[in-house]
Amino acid sequence: MSGIFTVFRKELEDYFSSTRFLIIFALIAMVGVIIASMVGMTLQEETRGMTKPTLIFLMLFTSTGKLFSFVQFIGFFGPLIGIILGFDAINRERVSRTLSKLVSQPIFRDSIINGKFLAGVTTIAMMLVAIVLIISGLGIWLVGVVPGVEEIWRLVIYLIASLLYVSFWLGISILFSVVFRSTSTSALASLAIWIFFSFFVSLGAGVLADAIAPVNQQNVGADPAMIMKHEEVLRVTSSFSPMTLYSDATSTILNPMQKTTRGLILMGPMERLSISRFQNPLPLLQSLFIVAPHLISLIAITFLCFGICYAIFMRQEVRTV
Amino acid sequence: MEGQLIIEAEELTKVYPSQTAVDRLTLKVQEGEVFGFLGPNGAGKTTTLLMFLGLTEPTSGKVRVCGLDPARDPIQVKRQVGYLPENVGFYDEMDARQNVQYVARLNRIPDEVSSKRIDELLKAVGLHEEAHKKVGAYSKGMRQRLGIAEVLVKEPRLIFLDEPTIGLDPDGTNRMLDLIRSLSQEQKMTIFFSSHLLDQVQRVSDRVGIMIKGKLVATGPIQELAKEKLGVDKERYTLEELYMKYFKEA
Repeated sequence: MSGIFTVFRKELEDYFSSTRFLIIFALIAMVGVIIASMVGMTLQEETRGMTKPTLIFLMLFTSTGKLFSFVQFIGFFGPLIGIILGFDAINRERVSRTLSKLVSQPIFRDSIINGKFLAGVTTIAMMLVAIVLIISGLGIWLVGVVPGVEEIWRLVIYLIASLLYVSFWLGISILFSVVFRSTSTSALASLAIWIFFSFFVSLGAGVLADAIAPVNQQNVGADPAMIMKHEEVLRVTSSFSPMTLYSDATSTILNPMQKTTRGLILMGPMERLSISRFQNPLPLLQSLFIVAPHLISLIAITFLCFGICYAIFMRQEVRTV
Repeated sequence: MEGQLIIEAEELTKVYPSQTAVDRLTLKVQEGEVFGFLGPNGAGKTTTLLMFLGLTEPTSGKVRVCGLDPARDPIQVKRQVGYLPENVGFYDEMDARQNVQYVARLNRIPDEVSSKRIDELLKAVGLHEEAHKKVGAYSKGMRQRLGIAEVLVKEPRLIFLDEPTIGLDPDGTNRMLDLIRSLSQEQKMTIFFSSHLLDQVQRVSDRVGIMIKGKLVATGPIQELAKEKLGVDKERYTLEELYMKYFKEA
């Protein structure tokens, strides 16, 4: 265990003293503060002289303001944090010939990769917690509402989901740093995967859904069964993207008014009426039930990814160093 | 020089898909010896060292280092054995002290113990004045000496040096060889070092082994090998003549 801790400590020191950490932290802190202050001021305007709606505090994170919400920003930018922190974890040591020195020390070989992964996860966790606290502080100051217990719990779950999501991308980039010798190749490969999952999967999902269950845009309400099938194919295909998993999970957990992660298709005026009659926020536990499959999937892909990376690293010949 | 055997290899073989890197190597090294491991580039010297350290598993054959099987007990072996790889690398953004301290921590040496030891070692390898310089600014010779300091911080019984003088200027080479000799004489450390530079091996080794194309073709003190192979008993023989003779036969 001491080997893991030594590697962990060194890697953590490296992260905190590195320029890249400063840059990403400054970037997300800046964007977070700008979004939160814009949203905070809008909320202040809108709710002046009114009773504040319940769970207004969470709106700081979910409200889109003029551009996008903080949650959307992390959904989009989070993978880059993971990739930037991990893309050269192993192959940098190969290039500088320190890896052969490390493996000839009396530590288990997996201490190296475990220590590095844990240090990355810790860095991400500290970054996210710091940002959420900054935004909360700003929110309390601007909106003048202190978060309730339920809101704090929802934020904690949001943080855990974000940590898993970014760690998944850290795992992907460490995996490529084990597979590829050159740091630029591993960075580009990670970016390619990120672009593929973030943009092409949702694009492909639309194409696939149109192919399997064509729905005519002009002729709305033609065949309800077909529309249902279309939605189903779209949903299943796009859930292959970690980005969709994450944004569905976090938007549901932070917005109690959202009662499902699926798209709602309202067939007629009566249905609309019946929906509008039940506009109460969901209790925390119910929101949690809705997103449980998403969270479990995020945990599974993160562990799967790190597992593959671990297995490859343990089998690599030292001679190739 | 009778002592305990510190390395015992028997019929040690390593086969890679493309070639046989080490072919039935049998070798014994006693504690306290300076053993020079000679051979041209690509003869299988590094592969042999990696098998001794448990970093590569042998295809067949047996090996015991410090009485342990490195493939089974790599951690125990690495605790007692230091290894300086060819062209060793460092964390360039850290200074010399921090680099050595990281290795000390990986060896579970508490900081209170290691800090004094690191000072002594850096003095011994002549780097105490540059101890707080970033290693990125070090010359090749300084890096190689820092590598020795890192290897010694765990106080090993046996050290493996892979081409320790490669790329050094004559002055750097002399300092390195003096260091090797003093480690052997003052600290009674066993030193196993590989090289393809004959005159250097000749200057410091008690015994040599000559490896060509994966096979260990000769072992023994240089004088004996010379007598046996060249049939000469002259004072001034060169290892080079001997080496070329073996090389042509192989």
